[in-house]
Amino acid sequence: MVTDLVIYKEEYDRLEDVLRRLRADSNARAIFLIDKNGQQIAASGELDQFDTTSLASLTAGNVAATDGLAKLIGEREFSVLFHEGKQDHIHISIVGKRAILLVIFDDRSSLGLVRLRVKRASGDMESIFDRMTSKASEALEDVSASRSSPFSEITDEDIDALFSE
Amino acid sequence: MTFINYASKEINCKIVYYGPGLGGKTSNLQYIYEKTSADSKGKMISLATEADRTLFFDFLPLDLGTVRGFTTRFHLYTVPGQVFYDASRKLILKGVDGVVFVADSQVERMDANIESIRNLQENLEEHGFDLKQIPYALQFNKRDLANIVPSDQMYRTLNFKREPTFEAVATQGLGVFDTLRAVAKLILKDLSRG
Repeated sequence: MVTDLVIYKEEYDRLEDVLRRLRADSNARAIFLIDKNGQQIAASGELDQFDTTSLASLTAGNVAATDGLAKLIGEREFSVLFHEGKQDHIHISIVGKRAILLVIFDDRSSLGLVRLRVKRASGDMESIFDRMTSKASEALEDVSASRSSPFSEITDEDIDALFSE
Repeated sequence: MTFINYASKEINCKIVYYGPGLGGKTSNLQYIYEKTSADSKGKMISLATEADRTLFFDFLPLDLGTVRGFTTRFHLYTVPGQVFYDASRKLILKGVDGVVFVADSQVERMDANIESIRNLQENLEEHGFDLKQIPYALQFNKRDLANIVPSDQMYRTLNFKREPTFEAVATQGLGVFDTLRAVAKLILKDLSRG
């Protein structure tokens, strides 16, 4: 079974820092870090300009379809995708095998600059992911030892309340 | 694969509606979209052909409220049901937390239902999931049509692990929320077991 993705505040803050820096360095409009299954992990920039949930889901679908294409022709993956528009462009890259970095930029930046800055930021993010993974497995061991997961106490009533309307 | 964010106190789960072509998967999502208040839902996305058949997926994000202080979000996806879109179906099952199987109750679609469940099982296995283990609900859709298989006969043919099963008329909303509630419940129970 695939393990859940768990993120704690410390790593979340560090990821947001990296995104903020990347956004400033690359002159981008907005940057999103997205789980390969389509969940947004963190973001930075002009977020109110975009439907962020839809962006995350469609980006993951796009990457999944492109991954499928890569395998069909015998490639492991296409690690970078670029969509060029009239004013705005999208640069998509895979980070640490399980996340997708989406950079939206316009003519205040350039593809070359984005690529360069993304490369550096990706390294920083990968080390944060490694830390997340080891922390999650430590937490899993703690939970099985002490049963202290906040979700272990979810009751039927809690769940019914979600659908009460 | 549930995504738990302790920083923003969010749980995100992915539910996939599976089943044969024209069975009513998109209708389920459309009804949920129509009946959910604006602040609880995001935009519904349908990647469909010009003839309105699902090409890649439909997507509907739902924000159901909080459980134990965590905002609970469900991302609902449908797969394209037509047989030749199998590669796309596989992609959408990636990281799934729960599945709703929308069966078409019409007599002539029973073979397609059986074939689609088999296909679901195979595609889940490719992602390392077991249909016997994963949160799963079954829906007998189109109960308003004339030429349908009796419900108990469908149950005997399609239900294989006593999964929660509902009769539905998705276009009118009958059984739609019951099915969603059942699968969401199973997912959160799974989460509570750790």
